[in-house]
Amino acid sequence: MLASFLFCASQSMQIFYPLIQHFRFLAIGAFLLVALGCSQPSNVEKALEEKILHFGLGAEPQHLDPHLSTSVAAHNILSALLEGLVSEDPKSLKPLPGMAKSWEISEDAKTYTFTLRQNGRWSNGDPVTAHDFAYSFRRILNPNLGSQYASMLYPLKNASSYHQGHKAWEEAEVGVAVLDDFTLQLTLENPVPYFLQLLNHYSWFPVHRPTIEKHGAYEKIGTAWTKPQNFVGNGPFLLSGHQINSVIEVKKNDAYWDADAVQLKGIRFYPIEATFTEERAYRSGFLHLTQSVSADRIDFLKEKYPDDLHFEPYLGTYFYRFNLKAPPFDDQRVRQAFCLAVDRERLVDKVLKGGQLPATSFTPPGTGGFSPTPRFRYDPDSAKKLLQSYLQEKGLDRLPPIELTYNTSEGHKKVAEALHGMWKDTLGVEIRLLNMEWKVFLSSVAKGEFTLARAGWIGDYVDPHTFLHMWRSGEGLNMTGWTNNLYDGALQRAEMAGSEEERWANFQTCEELLAEEVPILPLYFYVHLTLRHPTVKGWHPTLLDHHPYKYVYLEKEDSP
Amino acid sequence: MRKLIISRVLQAVPTLWVIATLTFFMTRYAPGGPFDSERAIPEEIKIKLQSHFGLDRPLFDQYLLYLKNLLQGDLGPSFKYPEWEVSELIATAFPVSLTLGLLSLLIALMVGIPAGMIAALRKNSWVDYLPMSLSMAGICLPTFVLGPLLIYALSTQLGMFPPLGWYGPADWVLPSLTLGLFYAAYIARLTRAGMLETLQQDYVRTARAKGATSWRILTKHAARGGLLPVVTFLGPAFAGLITGSFVIESIFFIPGLGKFFVTAAFNRDYTMVLGTVLFYASLIILLNLLVDLLQAWLDPKARQEK
Repeated sequence: MLASFLFCASQSMQIFYPLIQHFRFLAIGAFLLVALGCSQPSNVEKALEEKILHFGLGAEPQHLDPHLSTSVAAHNILSALLEGLVSEDPKSLKPLPGMAKSWEISEDAKTYTFTLRQNGRWSNGDPVTAHDFAYSFRRILNPNLGSQYASMLYPLKNASSYHQGHKAWEEAEVGVAVLDDFTLQLTLENPVPYFLQLLNHYSWFPVHRPTIEKHGAYEKIGTAWTKPQNFVGNGPFLLSGHQINSVIEVKKNDAYWDADAVQLKGIRFYPIEATFTEERAYRSGFLHLTQSVSADRIDFLKEKYPDDLHFEPYLGTYFYRFNLKAPPFDDQRVRQAFCLAVDRERLVDKVLKGGQLPATSFTPPGTGGFSPTPRFRYDPDSAKKLLQSYLQEKGLDRLPPIELTYNTSEGHKKVAEALHGMWKDTLGVEIRLLNMEWKVFLSSVAKGEFTLARAGWIGDYVDPHTFLHMWRSGEGLNMTGWTNNLYDGALQRAEMAGSEEERWANFQTCEELLAEEVPILPLYFYVHLTLRHPTVKGWHPTLLDHHPYKYVYLEKEDSP
Repeated sequence: MRKLIISRVLQAVPTLWVIATLTFFMTRYAPGGPFDSERAIPEEIKIKLQSHFGLDRPLFDQYLLYLKNLLQGDLGPSFKYPEWEVSELIATAFPVSLTLGLLSLLIALMVGIPAGMIAALRKNSWVDYLPMSLSMAGICLPTFVLGPLLIYALSTQLGMFPPLGWYGPADWVLPSLTLGLFYAAYIARLTRAGMLETLQQDYVRTARAKGATSWRILTKHAARGGLLPVVTFLGPAFAGLITGSFVIESIFFIPGLGKFFVTAAFNRDYTMVLGTVLFYASLIILLNLLVDLLQAWLDPKARQEK
């Protein structure tokens, strides 16, 4: 438009010469534009030299305080800034020495004694001691802090009774003991086979006591200790800048005990929420990796960026919740019929097309070595029979229309529409799709004001427990109204079990009960879809999408 | 003139109070709350969080406390990002939106006014049809189409400008151009309409009869009257421009105010919603006053009426 305007203006030059002359700054402006816009090397091109990783963060983290954080974005940043007792293997996520150089596990697997390294340092030079960890665990469990992830520490003996405010710290005898400056002993309620892995969750990360106290952050939310000028960490990187909704910068921490192993000089995290914008940023060399990829773009990217597009398994299940407190889903047959009428293969292949796996169980297969027997299957004939028997008993011709609630999103809508089609074809049921804005949706589901509602769950640690604990009677996440004593018993036996066999057997029982009584309808297992530049090395697909940065480096594409 | 300013400032106080009150109660009665999340929060933790943010008090007490703090200029911490004060977030985001808004406005005026003037002077010729058709296309073309088109042409293909971000002057070009051209389209049409009307006035004919050049007629005689519709449009348009555009900010990943506006409501970030709404309202009031002053200067009739 600008060009065509200049064109017509110049054509009418003779009449409007003075006018054109008056607006000659237009030409100067255009010239400046071009001068400003001289072609510059992209972030990715410069990165090989600068050793800076440009990271698509997806969303602005709500907090940078490990004891208050609740998001994947926060994990991505905090794992650069802080290190827990253990660290993790970049491929298998198996625990490796972190702030603790070694540990011993008692015979009953309930006592862990950690020996901290003497050369562990906070970024201000202070040594990292066992006291720091004890202080941090006490802080997150302090009921007055109001941490949403404090329950991650419940495996510690008496942690829940302290956190729920039943007892003061001194009386509660929480299983945390400082034996000396560099020896920390943790005592558990029950043996927890995945305990060491749990320590890599940010809720277990230490905080620097003098910094917390200086800002009065011990039991206060939202103090300034997390600002770049104040933040003191013990991880491989230091917080060096934070502009909200723009960029979070970290640079290499020379005080880190394993600083020699860290190859990156810094990471820049960009909270780009719009997936199309993030993709454009990637394609123009602004980012090394994206947080996500829009499902609509998969075909295009597969063709144009086959080496950059990655489909990685992700520890999460997409499912629907039935409301068991109201008809018709108070009847098991109706739930089973709805479940049997869903062709998950078709949903995944024809509708989602993003490499997701059909969910034939609630726990993704292979979670921590546990493989649930596939029980949720597609069987339209049985579905019809079950529904028929229900209708006959109730003296109905057909079911009244069912409301399916989901939070507004194109992706959820697509799934809902596909299921609507399947249920209508097989069961002749009319489904009313009802989309709600996120917070309205959350509050409706939590209050039980739904018939059938969309849900998703991402595991916090690689163990079936992170999925199966949700369906315990009265558990806050249950929300279906389903209670089953057999389930609660099996779950509890799994939690107390001494051997892996016994645990797996009890988890199988849990899965079996879920498939039999169908309080939920598992649909598919998530995949993590991402674009990643071939120069990013030392980055491996992991189930939790954890990527310890100290192993990450940048190298030219053609090198081996 | 002084009377006008004083009366407007006095009117502003009750206006802002009504806006604050309505917004306060509307956000509180919206279903869902700031602490609802997919992860179920135990009741006792929810109570702690609510008491931390003062949500455990009776609603009317909260309202009075909010007004009291507001009078002291304290908008409180954001519920979503408690590590930041609302005023701090607005103070960080507003300069960005202001820069973007001013640059866009400059482009809109530099393109829109000359295009409209030329079209009016050469009515029903191709110098009228071409820019006017383009401006119609510009009005119809939403910024989320124009933005990616400009990015594709000037960034992806020619590599002249960064495709997104807000880290240096080179980043300012594409978003300002996108937003500026969109507004330029409106301004061109308004200028043309205003100029056409003015050019038919007797005094313009007189000027022409006296032998004034086209240029002189345009700048000395017709421009003041002809640009009145543009000025009226500019008040609210300018307020809209400098308080950020959610769409432009998402496309170009710009840390402006527009995003806070939209996401604060989604997040039920009560203090942030109130903060941004009141900020926007104050700006509109201020800009409308400026427009009235400018109009009075441009149009003697309006000056007398007021």
